[in-house]
Amino acid sequence: MSQDTLLASLEVMHRIRETEETISRLRLSEDIVGSVHLCNGQEAIYTGAVRALDLGRDAVFPTYRGHGWAIACGVPPEAVLAELLGRASGISGGRGGSAYFTAPGYGMYGENSIVGAGAPIACGAALAGRFDGSGRVALASFGEGAMNQGAVHEAMNFAAAMTLPVIFLVENNTYSELTPTRDVVRNDQFFRRASAYGMAGVRFDGNDPDAVRDAVADAVERCRNGAGPVLLEAMTQRIVGHYIGDVQHYRPAGELDAAIAAEPIARAERMARAAGVGDTELAALRQRVVDEVDRAAQAALSAPLADPATVEEHVYA
Amino acid sequence: MPEIIEKTLSYAESVNAALSRALEERPETLLFGEDVAIPGGVFGVTKGLRRKFGERVFDTPISESAILGGAVGSAMFGRRPIVEIMWADFALVAFDQIVNQAANVRYVSRGALAAPLTVRTQQGNAPGACAQHSQSLEALFAHIPGIRVCMPTTNQDAYDLLLSAIWSDDPTIVIENRTLYHGAKQPVRIGGPVQAVGGVGLRRSGSDLTVVTWGAMQHRVLAAAERAAAEGIDAEVIDARWIRPLDLDSILASVQRTGRLLVVHEAHTTGGVGAEVVSRVVESGVQLTSPPVRIGALETRIPAAVQLAARVLPGDEDILGAIRRVAHDVPAGRVEAMPAGAR
Ligand SMILES: Cc1ncc(C[n+]2csc(CCOP(=O)(O)OP(=O)(O)O)c2C)c(N)n1
Ligand SMILES: [Mg+2]
Repeated sequence: MSQDTLLASLEVMHRIRETEETISRLRLSEDIVGSVHLCNGQEAIYTGAVRALDLGRDAVFPTYRGHGWAIACGVPPEAVLAELLGRASGISGGRGGSAYFTAPGYGMYGENSIVGAGAPIACGAALAGRFDGSGRVALASFGEGAMNQGAVHEAMNFAAAMTLPVIFLVENNTYSELTPTRDVVRNDQFFRRASAYGMAGVRFDGNDPDAVRDAVADAVERCRNGAGPVLLEAMTQRIVGHYIGDVQHYRPAGELDAAIAAEPIARAERMARAAGVGDTELAALRQRVVDEVDRAAQAALSAPLADPATVEEHVYA
Repeated sequence: MPEIIEKTLSYAESVNAALSRALEERPETLLFGEDVAIPGGVFGVTKGLRRKFGERVFDTPISESAILGGAVGSAMFGRRPIVEIMWADFALVAFDQIVNQAANVRYVSRGALAAPLTVRTQQGNAPGACAQHSQSLEALFAHIPGIRVCMPTTNQDAYDLLLSAIWSDDPTIVIENRTLYHGAKQPVRIGGPVQAVGGVGLRRSGSDLTVVTWGAMQHRVLAAAERAAAEGIDAEVIDARWIRPLDLDSILASVQRTGRLLVVHEAHTTGGVGAEVVSRVVESGVQLTSPPVRIGALETRIPAAVQLAARVLPGDEDILGAIRRVAHDVPAGRVEAMPAGAR
């Protein structure tokens, strides 16, 4: 992997992290209200996956933990921040908020606050691609907890039976909200479920953007070649609570420290240093993104609020 | 039956006290759902129950169909399951188990089987919540014969109605509201006989009009009623806390005295339970001095931004306007146009 690619990934991951940190501050100051799910620690998944997709035609279906997906897909941090702040300039005009915005212009077809609901919809996006000649690959991303949702089982069989170009990407952070997912399954190696549906299944390090890129690129190739769906399992940890304010009392001692030591930004910086990139250059890269997100936050905060007179728009054709 | 003691409890603690009593007194009860056992619930409502009651209290995968179906099946075989669906919006992924399954168990077996299960859930908007975490769905549940539905709002009702639901031999949906869980503590009578399902709560006596409401919305209704009182309008506020069975007799008795009816709910107006209340009252033939009015959420999706959601859901001003309209028989749409003195 080239140094350029590594630094490019690092920049995207910084952009996601800085946006999340800014959101966290704005939530604590109550400029943003309500439940917010941050993705700190899981940035490499979005960063690596998007590098393997062609967002001009492919479609991504993430979850409520979707700010990072949006930014990796190219949504400007200002549009994300403005959304959470209820501004007219928000990516969904304040309709979606933190957990349910959508950015179809960027290939990001919506967060979803119903666990697992994006998976069957991704099947439909892939199905449409069969008829519109686009060669579209649909990627549904969800947590490992969603693997226990009926809709996800149905979607996997549906995609496999119809040989649909769908990538089911499991972001395995090992928790279903406050419950360790291994406590509610017999086997927590989720990629192994793929074979039961007749799919390929692969598990890899979700904190390594290149490992993610490679796995998604292979899956995209299979999909485009008509080999049908793939189940990918990216191993990761969130290094923040399930939602802002979650004190994470459910974590065993030491687990969070280990997760922080392995988190993707620190990891990528270690690799960059090993490849000869200097501390000054790394600091400058980060600072550039910090400044960019700061400006985005200022712009979002001074933008006008979404207008209540518009609440009845867009319900019907 | 334990003796009655009074404790000062929050709404969440009242729910917890009812669950604790049920698990204590009815060994056939089970309590399960996502995050309810070891974490003690995402809102902390079920804290301590796992430690106290062991394996009858357990965490489940994120599998609403299995949770609700597991409740139906275990209820058919002598257990008395109490399950939690974290948000009413999530019941929709498993609605079959309520509507096609739980509601039919007694019917199709001609009484040989029953499904004495309780579903605890919570609903409604809270600041910042999205369209998939904000809906008020009581009408969907209440539409189904065979299902019972209640919406406790006071801390005492959070305790009493949940016990009535658990003791009931029919599938019962108890709809709570997360904005109430950690509100003010109130004195709650714990122990004593478990009440039969049904009945209303009289929240404010008045003689000029009857306002029927339920759920957290009634706090806004009560505030609006006080403001109306300052204008000389004396509103009676009835909490129709059991949506099904609906206690029509109590509502009619009030409307007979006041001759005027307003229904206020957080749910959407079209097809809402307000339509049912108004129809029943009109069908009864009771004399009304002014046309009945119902207000609910605007006919749109519920937006996340606070100022947008505030427009969609009935607010204090909307409720006060509706009270004035019903009390003074002002034609629809004219309230805002009237000078303040003429209202
Ligand atoms: C159908 C449904 N059930 C329950 C929930 C509540 N809920 C929100 S996030 C979550 C945990 C999801 O865990 P996982 O799929 O592993 O994703 P993670 O949050 O770890 O990213 C739950 C249970 C929901 N939103 N939708
Ligand atoms: Mg998870």
